[in-house]
Amino acid sequence: MLYALKIATRYLTANKAQTALLVAGVAVGVFIFIFMSALIGGLAEFILSRTVGDISHITIAAEADDPALLFSPDGQVLIATERSRIRAATLTDVATWVPMIEALPGVRAVSPQITGAGFLTRGAQTDQVSVTGVEPGRESVILNLSGYMVEGDVRLGSGLVVLGRDLADDLNLSIGQTLRLQSANGGTAALTLSGIFRTGNGGIDGARAFVSLSTARTLFAVPQGVTQIEIKLDDLNTADAMALRIRALTGLDAVPWTDGAGQLREALNAQAQTGYFLKTFALITIVIGVASALLLSTYRRRPEIGIMRAMGAGRGFVVFVFVTQGALIGMMGGITGAALGYLALLPFPSREAFRSGTLPMDITQGSYGLAITLTVIGAILASILPARAAARVDPVTAIGQ
Amino acid sequence: MTVLLELRDVFKTYGTGEAATRVLRGLSLQLDGAEMAALLGPSGSGKSTLLTILGTLMKPTSGSYTMLGQDMIAGGDNELTEFRNRHIGFVFQFHNLLPDFTALENVIFPTAVREGRETNAARMRGRDLLSRMGLSDRINFPTANLSGGQKQRVAVARALMNRPELVLADEPTGNLDSASAIQVMDLIAQINREEETTFLISTHDEKIANLCRRQIVVGDGVVTG
Repeated sequence: MLYALKIATRYLTANKAQTALLVAGVAVGVFIFIFMSALIGGLAEFILSRTVGDISHITIAAEADDPALLFSPDGQVLIATERSRIRAATLTDVATWVPMIEALPGVRAVSPQITGAGFLTRGAQTDQVSVTGVEPGRESVILNLSGYMVEGDVRLGSGLVVLGRDLADDLNLSIGQTLRLQSANGGTAALTLSGIFRTGNGGIDGARAFVSLSTARTLFAVPQGVTQIEIKLDDLNTADAMALRIRALTGLDAVPWTDGAGQLREALNAQAQTGYFLKTFALITIVIGVASALLLSTYRRRPEIGIMRAMGAGRGFVVFVFVTQGALIGMMGGITGAALGYLALLPFPSREAFRSGTLPMDITQGSYGLAITLTVIGAILASILPARAAARVDPVTAIGQ
Repeated sequence: MTVLLELRDVFKTYGTGEAATRVLRGLSLQLDGAEMAALLGPSGSGKSTLLTILGTLMKPTSGSYTMLGQDMIAGGDNELTEFRNRHIGFVFQFHNLLPDFTALENVIFPTAVREGRETNAARMRGRDLLSRMGLSDRINFPTANLSGGQKQRVAVARALMNRPELVLADEPTGNLDSASAIQVMDLIAQINREEETTFLISTHDEKIANLCRRQIVVGDGVVTG
């Protein structure tokens, strides 16, 4: 139907100002669609990176022994064990599992750790801390410690500790000074402060201490294995599926970050729903705009439609001419709006550089292709009513107008 | 001469009930191939309604109409549209050209709409027709830039594009000065002679009617002479 395309194009170019206005209207709708997509997507990215970006996406923790009772043959309880407040269980085959998990596609990093509670003492000042022992070289693979360092060095060696800014200030510590760390099960070590970090998260900056895995092994009396393995993924949204895969592969209890993050997911879903509503309204505006403009055009061109019908143009041809006009308007408006949207998003920082206080617009989440496709489909749907009206024009009445 | 079309006992009534207006009242008419006939009659006599029915743009209330041996009343919209495109040409009083297209584009419209594209063969015939109409220097002119007489000659060329057996002309010279009117009628007569196309020309002008070999007079919804 090349000829119908020619007629449609001619009708659009015959009244350039009207067509330009129509395309501009559609482009504004597409621009809003893209802006909302980038904002909602960027906001979700920002919230996720701030809340779960610095935590493990999947954690494998050693399972503590269940409380158990030992009964005598006459039914009396002989021994009762209670779940210890100090983690005693360990993951012993870590040397096997870590390379296996690291080899999985989508896994960015794996960090075997020994963790536990302890007390930091300097002089008369004592603070309770959560101690994490990590392998040297893997200090920053889960929490980006190197990126948050404000003083000293992130590298953890034997006898060294890295603390958060709040904790260091609380203990009035500076780089190179010595402090004593006592674990909850009695192990003690004299450590030198080698680095201070600031994440902006009070829970981390005021209560976390990082030591080397060997230091933690001594402190918590874990001669072999580790107490947990933390895993970082390329895409945190794949955590559920990846945890299942790791469970199937290793038999270990791999827990994704999404467990216990129901409220966060609800909030993100609500935000996404809001985005869908706004984008839907933008599309509806486009459809109404195109439909009304084409209806007007149909009315204005009734005599011409009548002439075409008299000259042997079928109803299908007339429908095609008007639907093609709708599709062309949708395509031109869609591409213009998408291009404008992209240009408008360029000045915003990239997702890796999102900062508090600025709009977290993610240019990669503009849904440009989707916006153009939906706009063309919407414009075609919008043109069906005017096209059908045009096809029903009575040539005798129309020619007489 | 072979019979081109035949109307028998055709009635056409607009509206229903008390508002019903009977325009054609049992009209019968036969046109042969290569005829050149004038259709005369006072305003309201049913000339335009007759042309509309002959052009398959409207169906009569009752009666029969056959053209080239085909029943023009039984056909559906698509069938009649295709028949009209191939066998019937129209020339209207106010030329009714497509305003956003050039003279050539207007002329080749009936062929292009049938074939789905503008072919070189169609362009060649269109140019030839416009040359015969004395418009070889206006081929690519937008129709808005043409005079009334030029527009009407473009309309005649368009009516002839698909080599129809019948051309229906409703007051083709009614909106032209006398020089342009004579020029258009000369062209029609020439094509009638050379291509044996049947013309039925509705007119109030006796001078125009006298240029036709046959005069058909319609009065009160029937052929009276």
